[in-house]
Amino acid sequence: MTTQNQGHNSGHVQGTLDRRAVVRAILHDRKKLLVVTGLGSSSYDAMAAGDDPRTFFLWGAMGGAAMVGMGLALARPDDHVCVITGDGEQLMGLGSLATIGAQKVKNLSVVVLDNSHYGETGMQSSHTGLGVDLVGIAAASGFSWSARLSDMAGVDALRPRLHRADGPGFASIQIAADDPTRVLPPRDGVFLKTRFRETLGLGPI
Amino acid sequence: MAAAKTTSEIDWHAGIFRALKAADIRQIPYVPDAGHSDLIRSAQADPIMKAYPLTTEEEGVAAAAGAWLGGERAVLLMQSSGAGNCINMLSLIAACRFPFLALVTMRGEWAEFNPWQVPMGRATQGAFELMGVSVRRVSDTGKAETEVAAALDDAFLGEQPVAVLFSQSLIGRKTWIK
Repeated sequence: MTTQNQGHNSGHVQGTLDRRAVVRAILHDRKKLLVVTGLGSSSYDAMAAGDDPRTFFLWGAMGGAAMVGMGLALARPDDHVCVITGDGEQLMGLGSLATIGAQKVKNLSVVVLDNSHYGETGMQSSHTGLGVDLVGIAAASGFSWSARLSDMAGVDALRPRLHRADGPGFASIQIAADDPTRVLPPRDGVFLKTRFRETLGLGPI
Repeated sequence: MAAAKTTSEIDWHAGIFRALKAADIRQIPYVPDAGHSDLIRSAQADPIMKAYPLTTEEEGVAAAAGAWLGGERAVLLMQSSGAGNCINMLSLIAACRFPFLALVTMRGEWAEFNPWQVPMGRATQGAFELMGVSVRRVSDTGKAETEVAAALDDAFLGEQPVAVLFSQSLIGRKTWIK
């Protein structure tokens, strides 16, 4: 046997941050920030921080959160868009990081709450827990900035960056692999869509 | 090598582009296809449209939803082989009743050299319909502009998901041996 990288858990350190506290900090004083959340725990975290019509909660479309954010960011060049999603959701849409990086979408940031596990389905280890580096992938895809954050000071420093137009930006926040009580956002997609558009002054058809 | 284009081929693509402009389409996410290459060039040259390549078609489904959330209209350009890639993401369109329009060039149905294109080509219409997308067919270049204009109304005024399939016979026989 040679001493090649064995892949399994190589260099991985499980995060410890409280996901609810992280998302509360990100959305604190959010101003006009437009938010898209990935299905599952990320949506519950954003809901726990306070329901808001400017948050579009996904309940499905796994792998699509970042691209919903990109379409939105291109449509709203004067606003700032933040996608908050999980490692599993982002891994399913890995190509979208290349699409966003290639277009240099300045008013878009993607924040991955990385617990290295598939929390909704029984806490199976995800690729990030097996050594895959999402921050490196974002950087290599052309994101203007990318960061791995493992303490709350880093999260607090991240918040103002989400309101700057020097993106696309990417942050992976190392959270604990726990499963807090679910706080469920509305799951009526038409309602979520209509109220989101309404806050932007866009009427129903 | 692409042969010189006939007048009707040029008109056909120009007509589709006119329809997209008339409907104020602002975003053109695409997975390239030779049959869409003129349209992609026109969209890229347009000062208002944002045309951007995707790594897979389902990204365009999600982007179209995001565009609408922000008040813009998007149309997805793709080849029939990408229809299957869109399936689960079309749940987003259905669950939220987002307007959706895909312009799809067909492979695997007419003078097809590559057998690997045939299974998805045969399944394209069915795949869209399985997910509630209504499917139209353009087999006559003279009807391309009016069909696309009608599909734009159905998508963005009627708020329904639509795919317009462009027959492979419109694109012509592909020269494989160069």
